[in-house]
Amino acid sequence: MWDYIKLAVLGLIVVIAAIAASMARDLPYLVHMLVFIVAAAITFIWVIRRIGEPVPVANQNEYMDGPVRFGVIATAFWGVIGFLVGVVIAFQLAWPELNFEWAQGYLNFGRLRPLHTSAVIFAFGGNALIASAFYVVQRTSAARLWGGGLAWFVFWGYQMFIVMAATGYVLGSTQGNEYAEPEWLTDLWLTIVWVAFLLVFMGTIIKRREPHIYVANWFYMAFIVTVAMLHLVNNLAIPVSVFGSKSVPVWSGVQSAMIQWWYGHNAVGFFLTAGFLGMMYYFIPKQAERPVYSYKLSIMHFWALIFLYIWAGPHHLHYTALPDWAQTLGMTFSIMLWMPSWGGMINGLMTLSGAWDKLRTDPIIRMMVVSVGFYGMATFEGPMMSIKAVNSLSHYTDWTIGHVHSGALGWNGMITFGMLYYLVPKLWQRQGLYSLRLVSWHFWLATIGIVLYAASMWVTGIMEGLMWREVDAQGFLVNSFADTVAAKFPMYVVRGLGGVLFLLGAIIMCYNLWKTVTSSPERKPAPAAAAVPAE
Amino acid sequence: MGILDHHKKIETHATLLLVLSFLVVTIGGIVQIVPLFYLDNTIEKVEGMRPYSPLEIKGREIYLREGCYTCHSQMIRPMRDEVERYGHYSLAAESMYDHPFQWGSKRTGPDLARLGGRYSDDWHVQHMIDPRAVVPESIMPSYGYMMNRVLTREHAEHVQGIMRVYRMLGHPYTDEMIERAVDDFFAQVDEFGDPVADRYPGAQQRNFDGQDAVTEMDAIIAYMQMLGTLVDFETFVPVANR
Amino acid sequence: METYTWLRAFADSWHLLFMFCFFIGVFIFILRPGANKVHDETANSIFRNDDKPDAGDSAPRTGHQSKPKEAR
Repeated sequence: MWDYIKLAVLGLIVVIAAIAASMARDLPYLVHMLVFIVAAAITFIWVIRRIGEPVPVANQNEYMDGPVRFGVIATAFWGVIGFLVGVVIAFQLAWPELNFEWAQGYLNFGRLRPLHTSAVIFAFGGNALIASAFYVVQRTSAARLWGGGLAWFVFWGYQMFIVMAATGYVLGSTQGNEYAEPEWLTDLWLTIVWVAFLLVFMGTIIKRREPHIYVANWFYMAFIVTVAMLHLVNNLAIPVSVFGSKSVPVWSGVQSAMIQWWYGHNAVGFFLTAGFLGMMYYFIPKQAERPVYSYKLSIMHFWALIFLYIWAGPHHLHYTALPDWAQTLGMTFSIMLWMPSWGGMINGLMTLSGAWDKLRTDPIIRMMVVSVGFYGMATFEGPMMSIKAVNSLSHYTDWTIGHVHSGALGWNGMITFGMLYYLVPKLWQRQGLYSLRLVSWHFWLATIGIVLYAASMWVTGIMEGLMWREVDAQGFLVNSFADTVAAKFPMYVVRGLGGVLFLLGAIIMCYNLWKTVTSSPERKPAPAAAAVPAE
Repeated sequence: MGILDHHKKIETHATLLLVLSFLVVTIGGIVQIVPLFYLDNTIEKVEGMRPYSPLEIKGREIYLREGCYTCHSQMIRPMRDEVERYGHYSLAAESMYDHPFQWGSKRTGPDLARLGGRYSDDWHVQHMIDPRAVVPESIMPSYGYMMNRVLTREHAEHVQGIMRVYRMLGHPYTDEMIERAVDDFFAQVDEFGDPVADRYPGAQQRNFDGQDAVTEMDAIIAYMQMLGTLVDFETFVPVANR
Repeated sequence: METYTWLRAFADSWHLLFMFCFFIGVFIFILRPGANKVHDETANSIFRNDDKPDAGDSAPRTGHQSKPKEAR
């Protein structure tokens, strides 16, 4: 019976989407409706082929690792795509001819840049977060994922969101808010998927068989619920037509700016920090085979971090038309944020105390430790840049880009790579990775890539900031804007090369993971002591 | 029964954690965002500000669509070099009709808050077709294809739809403005057409791209030429409490 | 504007003090020695149930199945 209801709903979706597609007022909307039709049709066929077959009962004594496995693959895949687009746009800034004449309406920098940011933050980072959240919450709750097939819906629904967002950007459908570019339809879809994500996660925690909720889950929980709040408020919009992709955001002017950066900074704070800290608090202790250095510190880290982060947004609006008191609040909280951030960093690093030798022998641990190191660097640099005097120089320059990337490539990228190297042998029952040597190669390529990237952006950022404000003895500006653009060229090439190294590392990782799954020896079944009757 | 009680407690514990963290993360947003809807200096009206004309809306739509905000800011900070280079610092009221704001976060290219009137239409056309022909150091992509994208009645009606939503959100569009949106859309590219400035004070009306056809180039240049021109800073007196 | 000024003064003084004390209170609560056992136990929960969920034939774990490693 349940199957027939499913079929009816899916059929209805196909019909409605087909009608909407025929009424579509613009190309992105048409494409998004086609995405809905294809997705619903595939699910329809999938369901109908299984009708009448006995329904396999989910074994509550096994973890549900299917969505995690797919999530791991999606993370690696979108990672490479996102880095590749990043490399392309980095070189577009060095050589504008790469904005090809024939692709003018589609692949110019302005359209690819949202594609890059969304691909790395939401596709690469988001998949890493969903996969690791599903993995960690099961292990620390000692319970199978709640909600049956809902976890699969979360995975596939999220991929659909990515495809809709990406096609939207290239076809010119955007709200014009940084990091919140997708239009209303895509936003609505993400909301549905996100609520399902929250339900699966909370359901699993509620049915857990461990007495306590491990701190990693706190971070994941705060990440999911805060991102839901930010997404809903910042993307409130009124569609111009239900058959068109265009909508008008509700907020305007100063309010729009404040809400956007409240959203934008906490996309960093909760998506790229709290969620990834959840990863750190599980995978570093696991890989080091020792419990976290101080559990008490991790709890303080949690409350202080989530309380302080939410205030930091206005530091993106220093000296603008935003009222001064809001700017000052933003700056104060940004500086205070340094403390919990470093508390967390120390907690992560000190987890290795007594096992520092592992840094030499285990390249995965090395990757995780370096990622925490970059977290510490970025969370020092961030508060410093939020000081108004520093910000007056650094704002609008490449310094910001360098800061973001030392956080994103160093912290988010490296901890995700470490997590992937940890998870793949576990999930595919392999004895170990195909090659630790290749992990070392990846480590060095990525690290050198980040150093090239961050260093070149510091140089161009500070240079252009100083060139912009330089005045001569008579009080006239010394440099025209075009001069500063020309001066940055060599550093733009270096930055691009850094990106190439980072991308190369990620490709090596994909090869290594692929070989691990296909040709690394299988892990022997669990020892007999595990009291499971052999069948 | 004992186990059930125990389970109940754990359940509330997880929900409690969720609720507590949610409360903690809402405080900051409420304190920083809500006052902005009431404070005088964030909702003050400045003489000269008016909602966008239909063609300017189309130009702004193109500006968003092409992701111009990824490289250009529209927010002049009150520092000496910025005021010198770009003009009077930006006022909150100047972006009151921007859904969403376009202050930007990066100046890969120069600030555009007061771009209007700085260059001729011809310069803009050339610059959009081949930026390096007029600024050799420029790294801006070319947007020559806008010359070939002809705007039709359908586009104008889409803009009319946007204006209806704007009115819902409080922009002072009159019934007349919305009714005449399609006509105004095309009139603004015709120097001898019905004067659009009657309804949109200060609106510039001429053939922006020099072609017979009405194209996206007309719209984007109409938008760029009005940026920052609405407030007259010869007569503007800043309010004391800012 | 009146309400605003009043709220502003309140937020700058008493509310600030309240938040500060509240945070110190939270930290003291976390650091209380009685919590050691719970924290050690939870910190080590990640080393259990790696391959399979808890079998479900007993009440929720209390932790003496595995020897906790040292955590501060």
